[in-house]
Amino acid sequence: MGREVSESCVDNLIIEMVSAYCNRFYESKPDLAARRIEAIGYQVGLQLSERYTMERPRFTDHLEAIKFICKDFWSEVFKKQIDNLKTNHRGTFVLQDNRFRWLTRMSVDTNQTNTDSSLDTAENKETQSASMHLYFPCGIIRGALTSLGIPCAVSADMSNLPACSFVVRIKV
Amino acid sequence: MAPIAPRSGDAVFANVERVNAELFTLTYGAVVRQLLTDLEEVEEVNKQLDQMGYNIGIRLIDEFLAKSNVSRCVDFKETAEVIAKVGFKMFLGVSASVTNWDADGTCCSLILEDNPLVDFVELPDTCQGLYYCNVLSGVIRGALEMVSMKTEVTWVRDMLRGDDAYELKVKLLKQVPEEYPYKDDE
Repeated sequence: MGREVSESCVDNLIIEMVSAYCNRFYESKPDLAARRIEAIGYQVGLQLSERYTMERPRFTDHLEAIKFICKDFWSEVFKKQIDNLKTNHRGTFVLQDNRFRWLTRMSVDTNQTNTDSSLDTAENKETQSASMHLYFPCGIIRGALTSLGIPCAVSADMSNLPACSFVVRIKV
Repeated sequence: MAPIAPRSGDAVFANVERVNAELFTLTYGAVVRQLLTDLEEVEEVNKQLDQMGYNIGIRLIDEFLAKSNVSRCVDFKETAEVIAKVGFKMFLGVSASVTNWDADGTCCSLILEDNPLVDFVELPDTCQGLYYCNVLSGVIRGALEMVSMKTEVTWVRDMLRGDDAYELKVKLLKQVPEEYPYKDDE
């Protein structure tokens, strides 16, 4: 294994990055903050994927590339593999991580009956914060797949914590 | 029961959860890159990196104290050694060295020869004046402030600018005694 750092370095950097973009730079513009956070993730995914596939031949099809993300790539980044992969065989894949590492450090209450977004309750803020964080790994997946020649859109679904699903829609 | 001895940097690092440094290096690089795009001014980016470091430092100190078992440092000299040998090691996986003490022991240099933040990094000419690793100065400043030391942390040498090492000057400005919000009943 190559050089290592403590995991808290990565955790703290990500938390602070999200906080800076949400609360300082784009305080009243969560959409812009989200796009920047996703862009940072995209850059990381692009570069990581290039490094991890340097010595491999190109993937023969989309499914092989997605499986690479689920197994080798996810292991390198999150120290485990994706637990469940589903597809509709028409360009949409759902990657489910049953215990998404970066969310295990956040407590989020998703049992909310009130979905009124004008209510700035503590739970709402926590959910917002967690969903902001998820733009980063979504970007990573999008960047990784783009570097493999697969343009796509990636979103996250955290309705089933601590599991987290990433929905990949491949652009035709 | 005998007091628990403070652990060495290596021992602590061996016991924390660790990850591939690449993820950290690339994430930090992507953040700096995005900051340069969004903030445009190099000075502003330096400032934000320092602020981010400060915010990280004020949290990191808790983890440091909990995992390293260091007892209260006797003086600033000991503080600097602990940062260099235990602090840097348990988070970044590399130790720093301490030199250049001034006469009254309130100012020294922390020297880092190996720095995971800068693996594969080259600064383009358009980034003149950027202190790429400025997050580190903020981390040290923030962490020390939480243990009642106000410091000024500045860069003396920066390998990305052509120097042969990373050197941070750490100057103790004020030692603020802890204040309690109540008076002792005598």
